Amino acid sequence: MSIENNLAKKKRRSQKIAFGLFTATSYAIVALLFVILAFIVTKGIGVISWEFISAMPKNGMTEGGIFPAIVGTLCLVLASMVFAFPIGVLAAIYMNEYVKDGWPKKIIKQMTNNLAGVPSIVFGLFGMSLFVNKLEFGDSILAGGLTLGLLVLPVIIRTTEESLKAVDDTFRQASFGLGASKWETTSKIVFPIAFPNIVTGLILSVGRVSGETAPILFTVAAYFLPKLPTSIFDQAMALPYHLYVIATSGTDIEKSRAMAYGTALILIIIVLISNLLANALRKYYGKKVKMN
Amino acid sequence: MGTHSACLPDVILLKIKNTLLKTNFKQIKEKVIESILMLSSAATSITVVLIVFFLFIEGAGVFTKKPIDKGFLLAVNESNPVGKLEPSQIKDIFDQKIINWSELGGKDEPIVLFRTGDITDYYTEEELGENFVNFPDKINELIAKTPGIIAFFSDKYVNKEFKGKEVDINKISVYKFLSGEEWFPTAEPVAQMGVKPLIYGTLWVSLGAILLALPIALAAAIYLSEIAKKRTRNLLKPLIELLAGIPSVVYGFFGLVVIVPLIQSVFNLPVGETALAGSVVLAIMALPTIITISEDAMRNTPRAMKEASLALGASHWQTIYKVVIPYSASGITAGAILGIGRAIGETMAVLMVTGNAAVIPHSFLAPIRTIPATIAAELGEAPNGGLHYEALFALGCILFIITFGINMLVELVTNRNSHKKH
Repeated sequence: MSIENNLAKKKRRSQKIAFGLFTATSYAIVALLFVILAFIVTKGIGVISWEFISAMPKNGMTEGGIFPAIVGTLCLVLASMVFAFPIGVLAAIYMNEYVKDGWPKKIIKQMTNNLAGVPSIVFGLFGMSLFVNKLEFGDSILAGGLTLGLLVLPVIIRTTEESLKAVDDTFRQASFGLGASKWETTSKIVFPIAFPNIVTGLILSVGRVSGETAPILFTVAAYFLPKLPTSIFDQAMALPYHLYVIATSGTDIEKSRAMAYGTALILIIIVLISNLLANALRKYYGKKVKMN
Repeated sequence: MGTHSACLPDVILLKIKNTLLKTNFKQIKEKVIESILMLSSAATSITVVLIVFFLFIEGAGVFTKKPIDKGFLLAVNESNPVGKLEPSQIKDIFDQKIINWSELGGKDEPIVLFRTGDITDYYTEEELGENFVNFPDKINELIAKTPGIIAFFSDKYVNKEFKGKEVDINKISVYKFLSGEEWFPTAEPVAQMGVKPLIYGTLWVSLGAILLALPIALAAAIYLSEIAKKRTRNLLKPLIELLAGIPSVVYGFFGLVVIVPLIQSVFNLPVGETALAGSVVLAIMALPTIITISEDAMRNTPRAMKEASLALGASHWQTIYKVVIPYSASGITAGAILGIGRAIGETMAVLMVTGNAAVIPHSFLAPIRTIPATIAAELGEAPNGGLHYEALFALGCILFIITFGINMLVELVTNRNSHKKH
């Protein structure tokens, strides 16, 4: 009897230790996230001022602002989305609404997965070889935007597909039953219902694009360019590249540290906002669609 | 019947015609839209094919060219029997590690090095003439009279009476490229392109990252899927996923200002930029990937299995490690492999914290250099279409092949899992 009791006790104790460990680890990971965020926020908050986000960099990027980098990143986000969003959404519609299960679908799925697994620096190489050199766009917003667009294409396709899948089949059947064609059903019934979730995916990919550095190193990014781009064939500064440069190879690394913290904070803010916005949208519309 | 229809009023006929046209038009529209959709869905496949095409076309160039700068040549005395050299041999010659031609299968003759700048050791400025007009003659003369010479100079100095013998330099073979232990892509007179240190560096950092991340990620996945209440889980999961959203350059910056100095002071090192720093940063970045995938796998464990185990008197913890973990093993493996894939391809963070020394790693506390970091650091300085540029594309090919293989492996592992379920 006592042996059994001992065994049970042992069992309980090992469970307690293990569970305690797992719980602690999980909270440690979250704590790590907060440590990273808090570190950048506390160091960067003092740097951020109206001048910092609205002025040109000065004195070898040790003073002044990061306005051209912000504008450059916005241009890149816009250029990549104009290109990737329609293609990604149309591709996802085809995959989810049109094509039947079979080897073509399998191949497209596999290729999309493969593209998602390609390292970002390889996109940079590819963009440089095709857009900058072969098509002679030069280092430009166009070349960088296209490269980034290809990079997020799989992300957009995946999130759009998920959103379309979440639309109840009864909507489609009802629409077909009323004599609507496939495209009418897709464009007037399925797409509007899935739209909020699709936008969520779009916002998340904006966050992704604005933080990518490797693909723009050789396709668009300028080291120091205190003027704004005037056309899509111009070079531009960009936030992530700016952070990389002033953190590792600026004219005076110690002096530009403060600028680096500020830039990192702006980047983090962009990512946080896009994540929060996406989550809020998902929650808000998640409820609304269910009510229908 | 035919006569009857002919009697129909024209208005009705027109209406029928219009409806027919309309449906026809509608059908055409549907077809056009479908083909546009189909084309869009081909975009990713086309991109993958284009990436492969451009990467391999540019990368292949490194194996078809001689690894010497365009417009330069290496020449020896006419009587020298050595006519062909490996790039690594030439480097050893100019580093004075090989000092006699007999080591290269030639005559017993000490090697005399000659670079363009050395000309003033042999001739005075008057002899060379104004603007070095006599330079070609003098080089010719020097090579002709020095049996042990090996000269590296621009081919614009080669004139008609040139009596030296140009040395044939072996092209870099794929095998030499992969197994070479020295990466000096801009070395004079010939570039050394051995990617072994870079491949080793990449693998060290990535495997180190997974060793650090896997136990932590597994613990968190078990907690989230089995122990945490639904509300806690809904709170923690988005936060952990937020880790995946932080840009890699921010991780690199954080690593540079926090982790690197920390490692330097803890291990009392001269520099903190080490393989370990890279592994730590990559481990943090790989956490969300591994956690999400393993947690999904664990949550897929059939309820009946867990309940059967609990009913037999097993504790919750015993059920987890005897039932849940074995059941979700392939999902966990997929997560780990995918994590390695991410780590191998990661560029900016690694570039910023690993110190970038292209040597075969011997310790986690020494600087190393990875393939992606090499591409990012050097492509900006490599002239377009040159050998160095092509070598970096060849590195891109290696990276692409590795990550492609990893993707296939993940596919295989997860497919096996789904077969098991059926």
